[in-house]
Amino acid sequence: MVDPATAFLQGADAQHVAPEHSLRHAPGPYFGSYGGRWMPESLIAALDEIETTFEKAKIDPEFLAEIADLNKNYSGRPSLLTEAKRFSEHAGGARIFLKREDLNHTGSHKINNVLGQALLAKRMGKTRIIAETGAGQHGVASATAAALLGLDCVVYMGAEDCRRQALNVARMQLLGATVVPVTNGSQTLKDAINDALRDWVANVENTHYVLGTVSGAHPFPAMVRFFHEVIGEEARGQIIDQIGRLPDAVCACIGGGSNAIGLFHGFLDDSAVKMYGFEAAGDGVETGRHAATITLGRPGVLHGARSYLMQDEDGQTIESHSISAGLDYPGVGPEHAYLADLGRVGYEGITDAEAMDAFKLLCRTEGIIPAIESAHALAGALKVGQRLTADAQKAEDVVIIVNLSGRGDKDVETAAEWFGLLDENGNVKGTMLSTRTAKGAAPGAGVMDSNAEDASNE
Amino acid sequence: MSEIISNSNATPAIFSKSGAAIDKAKAAGRKALIAYLPAGFPDKQGSIDAAIAVARNGADIIEIGIPYSDPVMDGPVIQAATTQALENGFHVSDVFDIVAAVTAQTDAAVLVMTYWNPVMRLGVDEFARRLAEAGGAGLITPDLIPDEAGEWLAASDKYGLDRVFLVAPSSTAERVAMTVEATRGFVYAVSIMGVTGARTTVSSAAEAVVAAAHNAGAERACVGLGVSRPEHVREIAGYADGVIVGTALVVALRDGGVAAVGALAKELSSAFDAPLDTPSKTPSTPEATTGVPQ
Repeated sequence: MVDPATAFLQGADAQHVAPEHSLRHAPGPYFGSYGGRWMPESLIAALDEIETTFEKAKIDPEFLAEIADLNKNYSGRPSLLTEAKRFSEHAGGARIFLKREDLNHTGSHKINNVLGQALLAKRMGKTRIIAETGAGQHGVASATAAALLGLDCVVYMGAEDCRRQALNVARMQLLGATVVPVTNGSQTLKDAINDALRDWVANVENTHYVLGTVSGAHPFPAMVRFFHEVIGEEARGQIIDQIGRLPDAVCACIGGGSNAIGLFHGFLDDSAVKMYGFEAAGDGVETGRHAATITLGRPGVLHGARSYLMQDEDGQTIESHSISAGLDYPGVGPEHAYLADLGRVGYEGITDAEAMDAFKLLCRTEGIIPAIESAHALAGALKVGQRLTADAQKAEDVVIIVNLSGRGDKDVETAAEWFGLLDENGNVKGTMLSTRTAKGAAPGAGVMDSNAEDASNE
Repeated sequence: MSEIISNSNATPAIFSKSGAAIDKAKAAGRKALIAYLPAGFPDKQGSIDAAIAVARNGADIIEIGIPYSDPVMDGPVIQAATTQALENGFHVSDVFDIVAAVTAQTDAAVLVMTYWNPVMRLGVDEFARRLAEAGGAGLITPDLIPDEAGEWLAASDKYGLDRVFLVAPSSTAERVAMTVEATRGFVYAVSIMGVTGARTTVSSAAEAVVAAAHNAGAERACVGLGVSRPEHVREIAGYADGVIVGTALVVALRDGGVAAVGALAKELSSAFDAPLDTPSKTPSTPEATTGVPQ
């Protein structure tokens, strides 16, 4: 029997790949040489408790029925698979189908994971959940699940992200959560995770940390993936229903990589289905201002897992840059690092400009405003479509599924600014309508006391 | 690999510098004072001067902390100090110069405390080689558990370095035993579930953590996190083999420079001279109520 440390050193691929060479349901803690538990001893007992609770729950019919019921009757699953016919014209004529996670309750795929973890928190007898958030989608989803299940909720959010995603801060507060702006470091997602971990180690007795992506220490990568596997399972069934066969390619954006792994999981063992993950290339990978972790990072440990990491020669984390708060993270989930090394998934960068072009294109061709995160997947799908159709006899024979992981309501101000719709005061040009000040109010008035009790009770 | 992993602090083959420092204090009828200071704070030479001052004022072991971009186990004081060090241009290779300088000029054993990624980035074997070459005693690894430490276990054996792992109030008996087995030098008993930072009282959990480590066969267990006052030192000396102070020293260095951090080390090390059974909650000497910022 090989101990975990030795297995890690040897790159424990063989030990963790099932005999039939399936890549699905990889249990962790290791994905090849990635994953593991690079965490303070203080938190190991909590990780063990989560692992034990999760391993029991995922084969417990009662738990699975609870999840299925919430997915159907609360989140609104299954989410649609929508063919984007006019958008497809810009992808070399390939047929593009959108997996509509934007239509889930709270507007993104994040709800899948938080409902599962919040139920686990209840099973563990925890009364409080904490979460980190980048774009605010995971924070909103966590606040939502906490309200639904009667848990206290504290969300750590980088101060820079609070600014970029002010609307989501207000949403979390309306849902009864406390939002803590994090002013350390780059004031973005990685620093929010640092502060959430500091909270967790001090309050672990009554608190569950609802990590929002497939990174972190075991069992988070495997557990978060489990709750998102529904995306790929649905998409696989839906595409077969609609066109009678599997797609040629699936595309998703990658920050930590939760929406992507959820979609990919459904197709991992379908070797004919190509897979693409699109990272945020920010201003361009050559500028150094990006979040293209797999493209340019190298293996290291951050936030509990060994994976690709944006780091300098001293092993210090490099601050990432992206117009998309949800992709602005210098790490990536360990299963993605493994799939990249295997060559099963191709990971490529998409710049801010490419993403915003795709954002606008989807708005104008399909009447769907995507999250800027998801716009990276759309931009990537346009490229993939053009590449695949170049080699195809008939362009329309090429079928691509894109995970539309979230809706763009939260990004309206960022997009309006990007496309020059605002004047220097933040007013929509040609109107007196401000994106920043309540109607008729002086600047600063009408700002909700950040942590006030919800006054709308009763 | 298995025979390397089974090598423990019970194995006499490798001399432990930090263990020897603790044993020497014990032979002198007291417990060891272990002082944490961040490398490169307030600057490289300043951190060397501070460490020397602390060692000359009674610290038996110096922990030099490597500033890191994501210090999840540190509270605001140490975060601010290490962030400043990084902004001032600290590089990981500086730590070997600092260790060499402090080792050359004092009798203290010098450990390096580091989050794991900087070690991994340089290469575990190369890091260990350079640390040993600088005269360092070994590493304290707050985010490396023995389960993941195969490469470090091998490198620390190869270069004769101590490996100080942490045990926490939440650690199961099984994990305490495994950690004690993997440790060389001393077990770092985390006094409280939380991050670094001065606290008014020392958690009662600390004594239980030390007892668990001793019961699991640890020759030496030292208490850290939240220890800042002479009365804490006296209290912990009643049951542990050493006392680890960090944040309070960083505050003294930040606010009063090398002289102040030396004076605080003196005050803390003098606390061992008081009777070990001094009630902890009742400061019995005037200096116990002054001088240590929270």
